[in-house]
Amino acid sequence: MTEAIAAEGLVKRFGKVTALDGLDLRVRTGEVHGFLGPNGAGKTTAIRILLGLMRRDGGSVRLLDGDPWAEATRLHKRLAYVPGDVTFWPTLTGGEVIDLLGRLRGGLDPRRRDDLIERFQLDPRKKGRTYSKGNRQKVALIAALASDVELLLLDEPTSGLDPLMEEVFREVIQQEKSRGDRTVLLSSHILAEVEALCDRLTIIRDGRSVETGTLDDLRHLTRTTIRAELTGPIDGLGTISGVHDLTTADGRVAFDVDADALEPALRTLVTAGVRSLVSQPPSLEELFLRHYTGSER
Amino acid sequence: MTGTGSLLRLILRRDRVVLPLWVLLLGLLPQVYLASFQSVFATDADRLEYARVSASNAGFAGLYGRLSGDSLGELVVWRAGFVPVMIGLAALLTVIRHTRAEEEAGRSDLIRATVVGRWAQPAAALLATTLGCLVLGLIVTASMIVAGEPAEGSVAFGALFTLSGWLFAGVAAIAAQLTSGARGARMIAVLVLGVSYVLRVGGDISAVGDGRLDWLAWLSPLGWVQKISPYGADDWAPAALALLAVVVTVAVGGHLLTRRDLAAGLLAARPGPPRAGAGLSSPLGLAWRLHRGLLAGWVAGFAALGLVFGGVGTSMAQIAEDSRSVSDVFNKLGGAGTVTDAYFATTAGICGLVVSIYAIQAALRIRDEEQNGHAELVLSAAVGRASWAAGHLLFALLGPAVAMVAEGALAGATFGDVGPVLAASTAQLPAVWVLGAVAVLLIGVLPRFSAAAWGAVAVCLLLLLVGPLLELPRWVLDASPFTHVPQLPAASFTAVPEIVLILIATALAAAGLAGLRRRDVPA
Ligand SMILES: Nc1ncnc2c1ncn2[C@@H]1O[C@H](COP(=O)(O)OP(=O)(O)OP(=O)(O)O)[C@@H](O)[C@H]1O
Ligand SMILES: [Mg+2]
Repeated sequence: MTEAIAAEGLVKRFGKVTALDGLDLRVRTGEVHGFLGPNGAGKTTAIRILLGLMRRDGGSVRLLDGDPWAEATRLHKRLAYVPGDVTFWPTLTGGEVIDLLGRLRGGLDPRRRDDLIERFQLDPRKKGRTYSKGNRQKVALIAALASDVELLLLDEPTSGLDPLMEEVFREVIQQEKSRGDRTVLLSSHILAEVEALCDRLTIIRDGRSVETGTLDDLRHLTRTTIRAELTGPIDGLGTISGVHDLTTADGRVAFDVDADALEPALRTLVTAGVRSLVSQPPSLEELFLRHYTGSER
Repeated sequence: MTGTGSLLRLILRRDRVVLPLWVLLLGLLPQVYLASFQSVFATDADRLEYARVSASNAGFAGLYGRLSGDSLGELVVWRAGFVPVMIGLAALLTVIRHTRAEEEAGRSDLIRATVVGRWAQPAAALLATTLGCLVLGLIVTASMIVAGEPAEGSVAFGALFTLSGWLFAGVAAIAAQLTSGARGARMIAVLVLGVSYVLRVGGDISAVGDGRLDWLAWLSPLGWVQKISPYGADDWAPAALALLAVVVTVAVGGHLLTRRDLAAGLLAARPGPPRAGAGLSSPLGLAWRLHRGLLAGWVAGFAALGLVFGGVGTSMAQIAEDSRSVSDVFNKLGGAGTVTDAYFATTAGICGLVVSIYAIQAALRIRDEEQNGHAELVLSAAVGRASWAAGHLLFALLGPAVAMVAEGALAGATFGDVGPVLAASTAQLPAVWVLGAVAVLLIGVLPRFSAAAWGAVAVCLLLLLVGPLLELPRWVLDASPFTHVPQLPAASFTAVPEIVLILIATALAAAGLAGLRRRDVPA
């Protein structure tokens, strides 16, 4: 399988601040890759390096088949970018911005442009300053999605979109995905969006990747919560490594358990005799909270 | 108006360098003229002769205003006749910077969401500016009294300067409510200032001649303050008129504020085309869209200036016939050659310096685009750094050329001799380009200090205003590129300094572009 993005050990410093501290990021061609991390983790900085806007201080990076810094102009014909905080020229209309950005990238599909404008319910005649935050975001999204490119770099593209438009965005990305040849790097804080769209994801914190894999892979890494009512006395549960936060009180037990300790823990319960049992799979929120908390920034 | 006090402190903190700088420099400028006159006029007779000649000179009247008497104080007020324009400019820029520009940057939302009242932001901006102008006037009054000038005249002189600032702070207070962007507000306010200046010039030139257009000066706020006539009539009626105008403009600005939403303007932005025209498909096409308004404004302004300067030149030529001693006066003030040659050399020099403001403004657009996130969008497309910057650079270099040619050609045509006057204006361009290139260098190499390019213009302007009078050492004067361009038509053309200046400008710009290609965007 080929890789659209392969970054290894990326380092970026701003004076004393180390924004990226050995970031690894691998995005396979044709996949939608989620890029998550708490505020200030370094997502935007990483994307700017991928765009050749910023120069890395260490590590290696390949984008499509080139060096994003040295061959920026050539590579940019094949990608489109939606920044997290979009602002436009006050004297240009949204329609003009869409056309301009498309042409600067090397052309856009006019039918697709009109179709997207309709789906996102954008008024392309307004001038830059009079658009709301969400509508500015739509302009950038339409400009990017209407271009026939291999790679989309989206930095929190739905921030400011209302739920209806957010739904349209998901539909459009799903369609892109089904084409199979478009790669999307999607930085986002919206877990439901990531869950709905992404094949694989990378979580970064303090400029370093802390997890990468499919959602199932990541779920596997977290703990299941178990609550049970027992018929007899229980013994030995506390000694199993992988069982955490165990509480027992008049025939009831509650604990969290790592995925690989689930089997011995359940055997112990069954041996004691189970009257009722509730098991709670790890939620995505918990998964992220575990990775996000303890961030130094 | 809750919160005005803390916002005022915030403004004074942010402007702690710029505000004292212009207040002090402009406030002390009269002392420079006073000192130079004291050294030039060995006897009272010298001074009386100079005053007699100057008073009847339409050219002088145009540049500095009308000279009404022959005391030393009146001569200083008259010679500082352009300073009120500069104070007005500083005041209006300060007000807009802390009102409309703040709103545009979205910081006002944050501030107004706190316990700050609706009027607090404009009130604080106006307070800071009016305080600055008041201090400026007090500096003038105090320093003139200390120098031994009559007290009442010195107070009137200070009031003249203070009111000039207040008037245009008021104009800015209205302009800031009209448009939805700082750029547009600035343009409206500067336009009012420019029209005021031209009306005053027209009235004063006419006053020297047949006096039929005298009333023009009464249409201009700059005319009102000038009619205070410090050290002469010390007339407080025009001062009261000016003060009334300040109150009215501020009140109108406040009223307009209640009639619009935050970040909106009263002149609503109209919808535009839903599709881009064929021209909007390259970095250059984008640069044209972004720069054309500014270019049109500068070219129109310079064309008008050319007409005024040409007209003044014509009347000068006639008056010079009457009195031989005008030439002596000019020689003493650093000029050379015949009266009109020296005059056009001076106007070309002034235009060159003023148009450098445009060159730097256009070049700094590169930095603006970077800071407000537009550059990131353009550079994420298949556009190289060099071609992105080149689009803006083209306007920074050629825009001033178009403006200067318009000014020179129209001044020459009005005067009746296009060639030499046009040549005088175009000869300034290499120096203009050097200043523009300084901005490019800063943007590329020291992006955080890009605004320091304004300092370069300020230094050149000061050297032009006071350099020859102060008899500063050679090397200080040489720091300004404008010292090196041939002073056509008073001096003959020399190619070497022009070529050297062009080479310097090219080297600076190339270094800036190289820096820009190697650094982070945004940085
Ligand atoms: N131009 C810059 N100069 C100095 N520091 C910077 C610059 N850009 C980013 N940083 C710092 O680098 C770190 C990473 O910032 P970045 O914007 O990449 O985070 P992010 O993951 O995109 O955060 P968010 O989720 O809030 O968008 C932060 O500590 C930030 O303050
Ligand atoms: Mg970010």
